[in-house]
Amino acid sequence: MVQPLHMLKETPSQTAGPYVHIGLAPSYAGFDIFENNFSNEIVGPDTKGERITLQGRVFDGSGTPIRDVLLESWQANSEGKYNHPEDFQAKEIEDNFRGWGRICSDFDTGVYQLKTIKPGKVPGRNGAVQAPHISLWIVSRGINIGLSTRVYFSDETTANATDPVLNGIELVERRQTLIAKRNEADGEVVYTFDIYLQGDNETVFFDI
Amino acid sequence: MLPTGPKPGEYYQRDRDMQPPAYTPIYKTSVLRSPKNALLSIDQSLSELTGPMFNHNELGPLDNDMISNYAQDGEPIGQRIIVHGRVLDENGNGVPNTLVEAWQANAGGRYRHKKDVYLAPIDPNFGGCGRCLSDDNGYYFFRTIKPGPYPWRNYVNSWRPAHIHLSVFGPSFSQRLITQMYFEGDPLIDICPIVKTIPDAEAIKRLIAPLDMNNSIPMDTRAYKFDIVLRGRRSTLFENRLEGN
Repeated sequence: MVQPLHMLKETPSQTAGPYVHIGLAPSYAGFDIFENNFSNEIVGPDTKGERITLQGRVFDGSGTPIRDVLLESWQANSEGKYNHPEDFQAKEIEDNFRGWGRICSDFDTGVYQLKTIKPGKVPGRNGAVQAPHISLWIVSRGINIGLSTRVYFSDETTANATDPVLNGIELVERRQTLIAKRNEADGEVVYTFDIYLQGDNETVFFDI
Repeated sequence: MLPTGPKPGEYYQRDRDMQPPAYTPIYKTSVLRSPKNALLSIDQSLSELTGPMFNHNELGPLDNDMISNYAQDGEPIGQRIIVHGRVLDENGNGVPNTLVEAWQANAGGRYRHKKDVYLAPIDPNFGGCGRCLSDDNGYYFFRTIKPGPYPWRNYVNSWRPAHIHLSVFGPSFSQRLITQMYFEGDPLIDICPIVKTIPDAEAIKRLIAPLDMNNSIPMDTRAYKFDIVLRGRRSTLFENRLEGN
């Protein structure tokens, strides 16, 4: 026998199920209960940076859009600083910019949308610089443990080329699954980011 | 400037042998919703070591009380219970000030959701969702009605055990967790395909809340205790500088 480590073990994950909206976004379930609700619009009037919409659909292995999916986003501000006490960078962060969004897909079309700003570059490990990106966490019925991925931007080719995480993806073609396509129409900037859970063009998911 | 001592560093690697894998054909919806490629392991950067913070001003005074937070003209029908425990990390430290969200069916197993068409009735005084922030020691509690079992289309005759869905954050996005809490003694637990997505029998036990008579309120409410453990983290050594300076 050896000495015990006396470590606790992480609580096992379970699927969020089809009715995840009741707890995390009650208005999508069809009722109103809390005074303050979390949403997919995470910019305030004081938020600096370029306003963008990130949108797309999440597809299952048969190519069908998932219409009961819930996503959460986490990102830095336009200067590349996270609203968190452990972000050591000597940069300002806007008071009302949490950097986190909760996003539900549309029950009919499966389209999800995040209204945010384009994040700045953030530090990576060992002096590296990470290209601008938004972290996404995806849960739904049929997903046993939340899936983590990242959204990069098609107009950041130079930064993307030296990003340590993108460069860690061995199959070069798979890196494209993490790059959202920029479109501009009527002065609005929309990045399209479709997520493929399984099969052809499967999105890269991370063990973080 | 020299560091003054060890500071918190990376979160421990997730134990994927204990966690449910993505592909679990007994739970049929997972068949088409599971990636076929391996997950790509990445070193944690600031992007993974940080995460959203919440504060008390964002919550209402009844948000953690499902007995009263949707009461229209009376109280909900069913077994009155308290669900309480601590949010801990794998080192055994309490996780303070973290958001815990909960949702569930009513006493008859019916969800207040426009997509739920089970014939058991809605309870007009029960919404079925709550949320709270853990205190300085990681302690949290909800007051609610014990949910009923619920039929679902997996096998022809599949029923979920009574369960409460729980969502927890922790200080970093890498700890984000959604799980389900079950109740001691429920015979449906052993035959549920969703429970059985977890490959480790000991891990399943950690999702079953024991009856806690010591914290029950006589002539009023029984209690169930449910601790939630999030990933712990190491202390950085001097040569392991995330800053890269």
